[in-house]
Amino acid sequence: MEQNKINLTIDNRPVSVEKGTTILDAAKSCGIEIPTLCHINLEGTCVNNHPASCRMCVVEVAGRRNLAPACATACMEGMEVHTNSLRVLNARRVILELILSNHPHDCLICPKSGNCELQTLAKKLKIHEAPYEGGEKSCHPVDKSVSIVRDMNKCILCRRCETMCNDVQTVGAIGATGRGFDTTVGPAFGLKLSESECTYCGQCVAVCPVGALTEVDNTGKLIRDLANPEKVVIVQTAPAVRVAIGEEFGYPAGTIVTGKLVSALKKLGFDYVFDTDFAADLTIMEEGTELLDRLQRFLSGDKSVKLPILTSCCPAWVNFFEHQFPDMLDIPSTARSPQQMFGSIAKTYWAEKMGIPREKLVVVSVMPCLAKKYECGRDEFKVNGNPDVDYSISTRELAALIKEANMDLASFEDSDFDAPLGASTGASVIFGATGGVMEAALRTAYEVYTGKTLEKVDFTAVRGLEGIRQADIDLDGFTLKVGIAHGLGNARRMLEDIRSGKSQFHAIEIMACPGGCIGGGGQPLHHGNVEILNARQKAVYVEDMNKPLRKSHENPYIKQLYEEFLGKPLSEKAHHLLHTNYFNKAD
Amino acid sequence: MKVVSLQDLKKIKEETESRMKLRNEGSLETGSETCGIEKGTEHIQILTCGGTGCKASDSAAIVDRMQECLEQFGVADKVEVITTGCFGFCEKGPIVKIMPDNTFYTKVKPEDAVEIVKEHVIGGRRVQRLLYVDPETNQPVSDSAHMNFYRKQVRIALRNCGLIDPENINEYVARDGYSALADCLLSKTPAEVIDVVKRSGLRGRGGAGFPTGNKWEFASKSQSDIKYVVCNADEGDPGAFMDRSIMEGDPNSIIEAMAICGYAIGAKYGLIYVRAEYPLAIHRLQTAISQAHELGLLGDNILGTDFCFDITIRYGAGAFVCGEETALIHSMEGKRGEPTLKPPFPAVEGYKKYPTNVNNVETWANIPVIFQKGAEWFASIGTEKSKGTKVFALAGKINNVGLIEVPMGTTLREVIYEIGGGIKDGKQFKAVQTGGPSGGCLTEKHLDIPIDYESLAAAGSMMGSGGMIVMDEDNCMVQVARFYLGFIVEESCGKCSPCRIGNKRMLEILDKIVAGKGTVEDLAKLEELALVIKDTALCGLGQTSPNPVLSTLSNFRDEYMEHVVEKKCRAKQCTSMLSYEIIPDKCVGCHLCANNCPVDAISGELRKPHSIDQTKCIKCGTCMGNCRLHAISLK
Amino acid sequence: MENNKISCAAVAKIKEICEKHNNDAGELINILHETQNTLGYLPQEVQVIVAKNLGIPATRVNGVVSFYAFFTEKPKGKHPISICLGTACYVRGSEKVLDEVKKVLGIEVGETTPDGVFSLDCLRCVGACGLAPVMTIDGKVFGNVDPKKVKGILESFVTAD
Repeated sequence: MEQNKINLTIDNRPVSVEKGTTILDAAKSCGIEIPTLCHINLEGTCVNNHPASCRMCVVEVAGRRNLAPACATACMEGMEVHTNSLRVLNARRVILELILSNHPHDCLICPKSGNCELQTLAKKLKIHEAPYEGGEKSCHPVDKSVSIVRDMNKCILCRRCETMCNDVQTVGAIGATGRGFDTTVGPAFGLKLSESECTYCGQCVAVCPVGALTEVDNTGKLIRDLANPEKVVIVQTAPAVRVAIGEEFGYPAGTIVTGKLVSALKKLGFDYVFDTDFAADLTIMEEGTELLDRLQRFLSGDKSVKLPILTSCCPAWVNFFEHQFPDMLDIPSTARSPQQMFGSIAKTYWAEKMGIPREKLVVVSVMPCLAKKYECGRDEFKVNGNPDVDYSISTRELAALIKEANMDLASFEDSDFDAPLGASTGASVIFGATGGVMEAALRTAYEVYTGKTLEKVDFTAVRGLEGIRQADIDLDGFTLKVGIAHGLGNARRMLEDIRSGKSQFHAIEIMACPGGCIGGGGQPLHHGNVEILNARQKAVYVEDMNKPLRKSHENPYIKQLYEEFLGKPLSEKAHHLLHTNYFNKAD
Repeated sequence: MKVVSLQDLKKIKEETESRMKLRNEGSLETGSETCGIEKGTEHIQILTCGGTGCKASDSAAIVDRMQECLEQFGVADKVEVITTGCFGFCEKGPIVKIMPDNTFYTKVKPEDAVEIVKEHVIGGRRVQRLLYVDPETNQPVSDSAHMNFYRKQVRIALRNCGLIDPENINEYVARDGYSALADCLLSKTPAEVIDVVKRSGLRGRGGAGFPTGNKWEFASKSQSDIKYVVCNADEGDPGAFMDRSIMEGDPNSIIEAMAICGYAIGAKYGLIYVRAEYPLAIHRLQTAISQAHELGLLGDNILGTDFCFDITIRYGAGAFVCGEETALIHSMEGKRGEPTLKPPFPAVEGYKKYPTNVNNVETWANIPVIFQKGAEWFASIGTEKSKGTKVFALAGKINNVGLIEVPMGTTLREVIYEIGGGIKDGKQFKAVQTGGPSGGCLTEKHLDIPIDYESLAAAGSMMGSGGMIVMDEDNCMVQVARFYLGFIVEESCGKCSPCRIGNKRMLEILDKIVAGKGTVEDLAKLEELALVIKDTALCGLGQTSPNPVLSTLSNFRDEYMEHVVEKKCRAKQCTSMLSYEIIPDKCVGCHLCANNCPVDAISGELRKPHSIDQTKCIKCGTCMGNCRLHAISLK
Repeated sequence: MENNKISCAAVAKIKEICEKHNNDAGELINILHETQNTLGYLPQEVQVIVAKNLGIPATRVNGVVSFYAFFTEKPKGKHPISICLGTACYVRGSEKVLDEVKKVLGIEVGETTPDGVFSLDCLRCVGACGLAPVMTIDGKVFGNVDPKKVKGILESFVTAD
């Protein structure tokens, strides 16, 4: 062990690190922060971007002719590193001044203001003058899709988004084009995002250090609707929101603030505050039944049945297979996502019950996701042009709105979600983390398939942050083979193996974002800190543990919904309201 | 036939030697009597330069006309017309040589073919008007050995250029080609091969001058079943054509050297990354590769050994940065040519992540001779740290533009004044730029430094790939710096911020200075940016990109100061700082200038001195060109 | 989307080129060279077809095409003109030649004349430094070009048509 250790000094402090450690990480380990703009490394996931291109992290290494980028230079025995020599400070300042000379100075009206890594750095380095102003700046039209806004005039070419879209997600919607000063990152041929293969997963937005990639802000629209007395505005909040939004209000990552969140939403003026978790339980009923249905047909020798069944809760994943795997559109579950199931039930069952006309009812969702903005606008989820879910706001947007309303989450007492669409089980909470949907489905499928009570509800085999996981689940003698992938690159690998017949599964869960929804493109920015993702994941399972009911089919309001309205899972009505079909978007 | 042994190789050599003898011996007996069919010469060879430069001047048509004439006069059976690679003396091209009497004809036109054939080839009388005239003695010189241009040259890398038919592998073999490969494969271990290269002291000719042997050793130590040998033929330095001439004139030397390296480091695959803008070089390489295949000098079990080696060609697509080895590798992988940080070095992780050894064309061309003549022989040429010779593309305001090869340690003065024949049109020498866009501009005071890696670097320039551009009093050094920086801005890959934005800002400052709006503070800004870019850019291109600015700032500071303080350009190149004025004493009022002025800036009564309205004048210079009395001055 | 439809024959040809290189994305640059040699230029539609054949995102193809100066997304004129801006030509005044060509044709670098006869580009060193400054038209090298000769040279091409 000891021989793998490397000894060096950083700013005259002796440091001992594992072989292969970068200067950046070594410095961090002894509390020295070296600024970077392009580097990002989420250990445990496959997110690692270190092009060494921004050159902000340059340090002086004794004996080297040039300054070395700390993010990509490995520590060597006896190395003498200086992170704060005058030569380094001067170089850093000049580079930052150069980057700022090709960046707009409209911070006042930039959506990223206050959360911008470039702005923070400019402040830290006290750049108060612009010595290289007056030169040519990049000039690109702003590209606004339904989910993501691209303002490449603000791009500093850190290329994190490119790494995300290509290496991690393997979508390839955006990439570098042009050369030199004219290099830009975007869809091919200068097309718009909406004309590309973009899945709106939002991972590019999640890693953008500046305001070049941001979400479409729907809070303005929301405030107008809330202020309109003619309208009944209801809200659903996704499982992953409650374990992350606290970060925006100074809570440590992983703090569960469900009750305070409900209070804040009520205070903001929503007429009813519901929970997407309710719809997640409903999803399990439909998707789980579909799984068992396919399984039983398969076991009875039906050759036409498609296995494995793939989950379909994640809208970016749906976009991904519609673009990339058009030959496999019949494999995923037809169940709509929880967001859409919620909207559909809210605007039929609940609205009828409450006597609210559809056009007066506004269904808003709070999501950790940017693809949800796209999903709720899909034509198949509209009735006479009126969408089941009117629009979606991200965790970040909600946090901003609460702050805008002069409120602090900490000042609220806990409240409960409204009934009936606010009731949920522990199974639905874990939808927020990778593996969660599978685990929730297993809890129900086990009992339905075996007719026995599941004593140990924790399927730890499907939990974790590994990109691709698989497990054999014993359903009382029958071995159910399940697979889990998060990150679309992992999803692609899994799908290709299925297509080639290399892997045999009965059921697969796929989430587009690394970590699942807790790492969604609409979540508070983690700025490259993987600990935040770990803490959120833990919190999801704690919230599950704290729930009295932990199996979706035990949710009393779900039972009531079937009794009063839907009949049984996969009924004709359920099909009509809770299922969907997919489209070939490859051409 | 397949060459499977040393004997086979010797056989080809012997068979071809009778034809080659004419050229080898002829070059020794300089100034001898002319040959001619009527004088009883049995066999004559006409060598015509088929390099890109001479081809641009119709040398292919010369070959055709020669052939026609030979047939017309019925001597085709005794006379061969051979297209060779570049002779180097591009200024005087197209060049035709008659062997065995070694007559060197310059600036030959297709219509001269008849006379050459009739007078010289048949009659044995030199065509005096086509001979080179020594500018000092005004006497015609018939052979290259007596020309100043060639006298100081030592041709190692260019040993076969202009001597053999590059499309005939047998001629290469006859010049001991592939004997080095045979020697390595049959009687040396890979470690011994590397040792020879190390002992020779050969350093990379592409730029920074890394010791070639060490590079090979590096790659040989990487453990991998698959390794690659790469020839960097992406000669992107504007105004340099050394590598192209070698590929066009002696492609087999590269192939042989790559195979030797493959044996030494344990690689089976070779790749040549060549600019798509070099169609002739590509054609000659392809021809050489397929001929080597036919002879079994490439392919499986070369010379009856276990060694297998194959070479394929990859095309560049117009990106200077691809001369940087990591960018080159990415380009060969079908990606954008963006450099990545080293380490990992290509020797550890290169093409398709396999260990890869990259050398440039000229480096490769030196390898076979080192084995033929020995590491000690090679190491005896040059200076203490820079061994062997260096090829330069000598160009610019110099009398003898061309491709030259001199021993390391030769001074710039010798190159410019002896080989280069001094400055064109009797103008004053101002600067010499070496190393291309990564190099610097040196002045009069540097002329006596020896050309080697260390000395050039110490003087603020670099060896680079070998461009050598001479500038005279009419070149504005601010403009020259701007030219190189403009090139860099255009060619920067855009990956790292200092190069992408920094060079752009520097160029904007230079634009401002040239436009007459510069300030003294701008010079300080230039210097600061240059130093930071040098210190922080990601790749070699970025790190050296400020050199032209830094070297001109330090060597020609007064010229910069004149531009920013007095708004004056002494070379009269910065139009913003010029004014055309009519000298009243000389002007007769002929009105010619006014008639030709495109913006009607000149007025005046007929037969009275005219004047130029400076607010209207666009400084096109038309008036000055039209005035027969030199009554217009430029200030 | 652009409106230039390319023919079925061209689509088949691109497919053939890609197949010749085993649809290997590592061969992208060679494939683009051959495609450009065949079709003259690489419009959006062609790049999309190449991407599909190789199974890579169009951004990757476009990223490469737009990185390398040799690839062109616009059709060239009937007589492509290239002015050498290599250092040797530069110090012997090739910029003035370029200015003159621009003036005579009324186009900028990278453009084609409205009648499609000439297109103008710059290149770095054709290796005929002894003839500096040089320009090439249809690949033929014109050496020692004086700006005053430009008009005549260009006219000779128009007359020859």
